[in-house]
This record gives sequence, C-alpha cells and structure tokens, in this order.
Amino acid sequence: MVDGQRLSHLQALEAESIEILREVAASFERPVMMYSIGKDSSVLLHLARKAFYPGKIPFPLLHVNTTFKFREMIAFRDRTAEEYGFELISHTNPEGLRDGINPFDHGSSRYTDIMKTQALRQALNAGRYDAAVGGARRDEEKSRAKERVFSHRNASHAWDPKNQRPELWRVFNTRLHPGESMRVFPISNWTELDVWTYIYAEDIPIVPLYFAKPRPVVERSGTLIMVDDERLPLAPGETPRMETVRFRTLGCYPLTGAIRSTAADLPSIIMEMQASRTSEREGRLIDSDSVGSMEKKKQEGYF
Amino acid sequence: MTLAMATPDTDLDLWLEQQTGKSLLRFLTCGSVDDGKSTLIGRLLYDSQLVLDDQLASLRNESRNRSVGEEGIDFSLLVDGLSAEREQGITIDVAYRFFSTHKRKFIVADTPGHEQYTRNMATGASNADLALVLIDARKGILTQTRRHSFILSLVGVKHVVLVVNKIDLVDYDQDVFHRIVAEYRAFAEPLGFKTLQAVPVSALRGDNILRSSERTAWFNGAALVPYLESIEVAEDRVAADFRFSVQWVNRPNLDFRGFSGTVLSGEIAVGDEVLVAASRKLAVVSRIVTLDGDLDTAIAGQAVTLVLDREIDVSRGDVLARPGKVPEFSNQFQARLIWMNEEPAYPGRSYLLKLGAQVVPATITDLKFRTNVNTLENGAATKLDLNEVGTVTIATDRAIAFDPYANNPLSGGFILIDRLSNATVGAGTVSYGLRRAQNLTYQTFDVNRQVRAQMKGQDAQIVWFTGLSGSGKSTIANLLEKRLTAEGRHCYILDGDNVRHGLNKDLGFTEAARVENIRRVAEVARLMADAGLIVIVSFISPFENERRLAREIAGGVRFTEVYVDTPLSVVEQRDPKGLYKRARAGEIKNFTGIDSPFEVPEDPEIVLHGGDETPSELADRLHAWLKI
Repeated sequence: MVDGQRLSHLQALEAESIEILREVAASFERPVMMYSIGKDSSVLLHLARKAFYPGKIPFPLLHVNTTFKFREMIAFRDRTAEEYGFELISHTNPEGLRDGINPFDHGSSRYTDIMKTQALRQALNAGRYDAAVGGARRDEEKSRAKERVFSHRNASHAWDPKNQRPELWRVFNTRLHPGESMRVFPISNWTELDVWTYIYAEDIPIVPLYFAKPRPVVERSGTLIMVDDERLPLAPGETPRMETVRFRTLGCYPLTGAIRSTAADLPSIIMEMQASRTSEREGRLIDSDSVGSMEKKKQEGYF
Repeated sequence: MTLAMATPDTDLDLWLEQQTGKSLLRFLTCGSVDDGKSTLIGRLLYDSQLVLDDQLASLRNESRNRSVGEEGIDFSLLVDGLSAEREQGITIDVAYRFFSTHKRKFIVADTPGHEQYTRNMATGASNADLALVLIDARKGILTQTRRHSFILSLVGVKHVVLVVNKIDLVDYDQDVFHRIVAEYRAFAEPLGFKTLQAVPVSALRGDNILRSSERTAWFNGAALVPYLESIEVAEDRVAADFRFSVQWVNRPNLDFRGFSGTVLSGEIAVGDEVLVAASRKLAVVSRIVTLDGDLDTAIAGQAVTLVLDREIDVSRGDVLARPGKVPEFSNQFQARLIWMNEEPAYPGRSYLLKLGAQVVPATITDLKFRTNVNTLENGAATKLDLNEVGTVTIATDRAIAFDPYANNPLSGGFILIDRLSNATVGAGTVSYGLRRAQNLTYQTFDVNRQVRAQMKGQDAQIVWFTGLSGSGKSTIANLLEKRLTAEGRHCYILDGDNVRHGLNKDLGFTEAARVENIRRVAEVARLMADAGLIVIVSFISPFENERRLAREIAGGVRFTEVYVDTPLSVVEQRDPKGLYKRARAGEIKNFTGIDSPFEVPEDPEIVLHGGDETPSELADRLHAWLKI
C-alpha cells in the first residue's frame, strides 16, 4: 500500500497507533486493553495484533459487562476471543448484580455510574492495572478532543483536565506513582470515517448489529430501542414491531438507539454515514444529560 | 471547497481509494486571546458541513447571550470543550478537530493564547506541519503573537499562514492588512519559516475562508482553505538518513527474535547492513515482518519488525542506522529548552530525559542564556521559570543516540521529567552534540580499556581528590598510591602543582583559566584510564561545575570524588607552603578559601575528615572503601 515515497493518511494513522500500543507494552508493568466489542474496539484489537505479530498481544482484554449488552455482542466477543486466542477478562459489579441495578428502575445515570464507571474502577483496582488502553477518539465529543493520548489518572482514577501533562512529538511520559494509572488512546487521531474505511480496507470482523436487518423495536421519545430480551419493560399497549434498523454505536441495549436503515454491508454504511447529519454519539442516551456531562463522567473515572 | 462525499453514481471502491490515498495535513491555530481562533475553526467545520444537526441544535441552545454571526451561532462553542473554558470564554488546552476536503484530510490543533498555557500551545505545535497565526486586524501584532511565533520556530514548524482576522471590523481596509503583514514579516525573518503567506479574513462572516471574498477585491492571494489544500509541507523524510527506534523486542518463542519499532526516517530493505548506534555492532536485515506478510522495504513512518541475520545485543531504546550515516552518540549536547513547570529549572538539578525510546538521568550542566520570548533577545540567567526558553548544555548519565533537531525532529526532540513528581517539566530540541560529538569516525578498537586493564589485572579508574590547599590531598594521594603499588597495581598521580609546571604552564588563575586547567587534566586522566591505569588526581578543584565536567569527561570510567574536608582554621594553621599567610597579606589574589570560594561538593563518593584523623588513617579508610 506504499504509495511511492509517502504513506497515505490511513497508513500513517495505523503506524502511529501501533507505535503507541508498543509503547504501552514496553513502559507499563500491568497494562490492559478495554474491550467494548464495538467497532472501535475491533479496530484496536486488529492494531494490537499487528503491533505484536508474530507474538501474541502481551496484555489481557477487559470487558466490563453491565449485563445489559446486546446478546449478539457477547456472542461476538466469545467467538473473537477464541479465534485470536487473547486473554479475556469479563467483570460485572457484584454489588450492582446483587441489587439488581438496571436502567429502568434506577435511571440511566445511576445505572451507568454503578454498572460502568464503578465496575471499571473495581476491575482496574482488582487487576492492579497501571495502564488501560481504550478506543476513544478525539472527534467523538468535545472533552475527548482535549484529552492527551497518554492521559494521567490519579489513584482514584480521576482526570484533571486543567492540569494535563504536556505531550510533545511522540515522546510520551509514562511515569507513574504507585496507585496512579494511565488511560491510553491509540486511535485518538482517527475519525469515524477513518474507522469505517479501515474496517473495510482491512476486512475486520464487526458485530452484525452494525448491519441493517429486521429487528424488534419500540419507539420511545423519538428513539428506537431494540427489544433484545424480555427484561425490557413494555408500557401498557406498547408492542414491539419489526423494523429494518441498524446501530451506529453499541452499548447497553436499553440505552442505545437504533436508526432506520437498509445499509446491510460496509459500502452502504459508509455511503449512509457520508450523507448523515447526526453525530454517532447521539444514539447514546447518557451523553445528552447535561452540557459537559462527558467531562464530568471522565473526571469521575469513566472512560 | 466541496465536502468529500460519495454520491450514488460514484464508484465506491474508487471513492474509498481516494479516501485512503489522501494526504494528511496537521496544522495548528495560535495567536492572541480573542483573536478568534476557536471561531475560525468553528467556521471551518461549519462551512465544510461537518457540524451535524444534533450538534447544531445544542449549539444554538448554548449560543444565547453570546456574540453570534449571521448564522446565529457562536462558533467558538464548537471547540471550547471543557466546562471551565466555556465558563471563562477562553481556551485552556489544545483541542483537536478533524475535517476533510476532496484533496486533503486535516487535523487541527486549536491552541490556547494565554501565556500561562504556553506549554499546551507547544504540545499542539510539536506535531503540526503548519501554523495559522491569527491577528486581530484592529489590534495588530501583540506580544502573544510574537511569543507564539517564536515557539513555532522552536519546535520546528516550517510553514506559517498569517490570518489577519476581523477584517470586517476595519472596513476591509487594505492598508491595515498590508501594514500588519509588513510588520510581521520583519519580525519573523530570523525565525526561519520556509513559507509565510498572509490572508485577510473574517471568521465570523466567512470572508476568504472557502473562496475569495468580493469585499476584499484588492487581495490577490488564495483564500484560506484552497491554500491549505494545495501547500506542499511534507518534508522528504524518506530521503533522510535511515533511523529506526527499537521500542520492543519481539520474542514470542526461541525461533523468532525481532525488533519492533518505527522507521523514523529514510528507508530500509532486506539485505541492507545496519549498525546499532550505541554498540557500533553490525548486522544485516534478513526480514521485515508485518502481520500482512513480509516486506522488501520499509519507509519513514512505517511501524514494522526487523529481523537481523546474526545474534547481536539490541534492546529497547537502541537506534539502528546505516553504517557511515549514524546519529551522534554522546553524553553531552547543547539544546534549546522550553520550561513547562511552576518549579523553575536550575542548572545542576537531575531529571529524567526521554528521547525516542531512550530514558536516561540527565543534568542541565549550564544555562548559557535565556531568550526573551517576546523580544527574541538573549540574556544571562540563573534559572528558567515556567514558559521561559533557554539555551542549555545537557549531560546524560550515559551516552545516547540523537540527531540535531533541525536535521531530524523525531530523533532530536526530548522531554525532561521530574524524578519526584513525574511531571513533564521541559521539552527540548538538540542543537548539536558536544565534545566527542565527532564520534562519527570514532573507532571501536579491538584493544580497548577493558583489555588493557585486564592485562594489568585491575579496573582502570579515576580517583579525584578535591579540597582546600593544605587539606592533605597530596599526602593521602601519595599514601594511597604506595599501598596500591605494593599490591601490584599500576597507578599514576596527576598533581596540581606538577601539571601547572608543564602541560598547563600557559594558564593563570582567572576563572576561565581554572576551568581550562581542570578540563585538560580531566582529559589526560581519561586518556590514562583508557590506557588501563588507576589515575589519582589531586587538585583543589574548588567549583562544582568543574568537578562535574571532570566526571562527564570520564564518561564510562569509574570516577570517585574524594572530598578531603579539613576546616579552613586547621589548614591555615598548618600552612605548609606559607601561602595562606601571603594570601591574607594580599600578596596572592584569587586564593581559594580566602578571597575565592570553595564550593563544598554536593555529592562526593566519600568524605575524609582531615582534621580528625591522620593522613595514614585516612588513606587506609579510602583504600578499603575503594576495594581496588
């Protein structure tokens, strides 16, 4: 793919990400890679395989299971782990599980806090991980646009946005005090379009939920929610109906909006995305709670 | 500009090929507070139709009570991401934005204008190919404009577009524009930018952003976006000398040993001979491994894994180069340093230096001068405060491989890390290597210090005595030499008085002469140690800097600083040569301890208390401690 004497922008992004992943493996004692099963995670996994080939990925993958992920995601996760032979750690907040925390009775923000943010902190503490690699991109959201590639967290996993370490060239300061950790974002400089074109160019497997297909959904205040199992409480008179939909982003099924679409393959998805007028995070109900909500969550330790 | 969009009648594969083949331009926006940087970027995103409906809705929501353009939107809200920034209406940290046109993909770093956030501006500039320097047409060139331009040149940004913004607010007056451009050109001339283009714009109203504005008919240049689409900024990294930074030794099993890293510059092919910069060991590249299959060649920017044809010692941090075109390899270099911490930089303090994958303890040995970032004037200084820029000498605990930053930014830029707080406290660019900088022709002789020392059955080393005149240095040094010689060791004493009668008889006692005196002695000591000898040096050597210099010159040779701490009252009473009496009488000037200071060693290996024990006891103590 080398075009004459210069790398294309996708090749340059790929090489930059690989360099970052190798820096993580070489600089930290107990790194871990967050695996959310979404398309960005799939790209990250692909990059990690490239970074360490012919060796295996030298760190485990961590999935924070809220128990409300789409079933197809869990199936894809287990299939992928088996195919590539990486070490997979799945963690669910045991207290949340015991108390039956769910988005319906406890509200999306409390549910997210307990089952995602706190669960992540538990898992990172339990594994004594000093670096957690994630697939966040700077084009996703305003506070992410400000975050460093190597983003420092104090001992309680909090981000201090006003006091970030300067980050020059590709010389990353990876030093930590005991108890502190680093969040590392190798695909910081990729856009959503870069991710999709890379998935297409490299033929990377992704969860089938990204492709349009008739699925049972209910419509709630303009958002299409897929009825993935019987736990979704239906309002009186509300009945799921089959619609051809797909997802631009994947998370917990009760909190993830589907879009009406007939894009059933990658070229159609890319074409559709090019014509679309809404950002991908719009399908996520947790970001729009209040202005600056993502920044607040990150300060509390959310990825 | 038209948005890069596939239409149903476009062949998707062709379109994707264009997408993946597009070049990438990374640029930053900088300039003074309120010059409209965030508004300009918001405008670029809006005009390239990258502001999506849901973002636009929340933006209109937030734009109430703010100054807005014709579209009813405060564009700066698109980019000021942190709550504190929105509250204060300023940019604190660099924000990255993305847009693309048919021709190019762009990554924009929007950097803060406030002086207190200069380090964040440097962060944004360090990875940029080009900078937009914004100026408010009503205010002209301000202090911050000058400071930012200097930082740009410091981190090596070669291409600048001077964006004279708010041209609508001066009634599109061409005289205002030309006056500002002329003044800026004069100021920027010594900064060495390769290209400097000026554009009059109104970010709020969209003049000269996407296309030339009728309201500035007098302006013949390209509008901003067409200019950014067409400018050629790519340095030819492939034509430069080959550098490969080893990040990770890939050893999944006993049959495979590869070196993973990035080709920083140049290119490499299977069959090429490479050399390890530190050890000067040679090998031939036998494979270039990637998950997608082996490659025949790899070029600048690619992350690959190299397999060599023979087992040589290569580890993380090593730099591979082609024989005859190697980087400098030294433990001392001159650099420009931008300080990024509230705690000032002082010469003599130890930090961790990271350059590429090399991490090594380092000391700022000399602060040559500080550059006023607003006027570009150089002046003397004893420290660097936050956001100040200085020219320094840096000594590393062991030699590292580097290139001058001007030749190769990826092997010439480094950061300094505080060893206690772990903060990134400074960023530097190597100007040139010092001393054994001409290592390019340095030979690894087969017969080296180790071999010669082994023939003598000893470890070659330097034992450096420091202390007041009459403190007992020479006496103890003599006793030590006797004991070692009795044990069959080969020693040599370099004594201050004796050397001044021969090698250094051209030197007086001014400060400069004292430095040169020590330098020569240290170099001689180093040569003798290379010959396999145990060198005992007995010099007053009153200044910490000179002792450090001696230690640096010793390089990898074991160096023991012995401080003979005999109180001034005691040595003055002894006064074996009557020198103190004469100094007190004013007959000798610059006499150490009387009218010239003795800087107590900060960190000597061993201290001998000359007032408490006899020279013989002290020599025994030292002899036992040295374990020679």
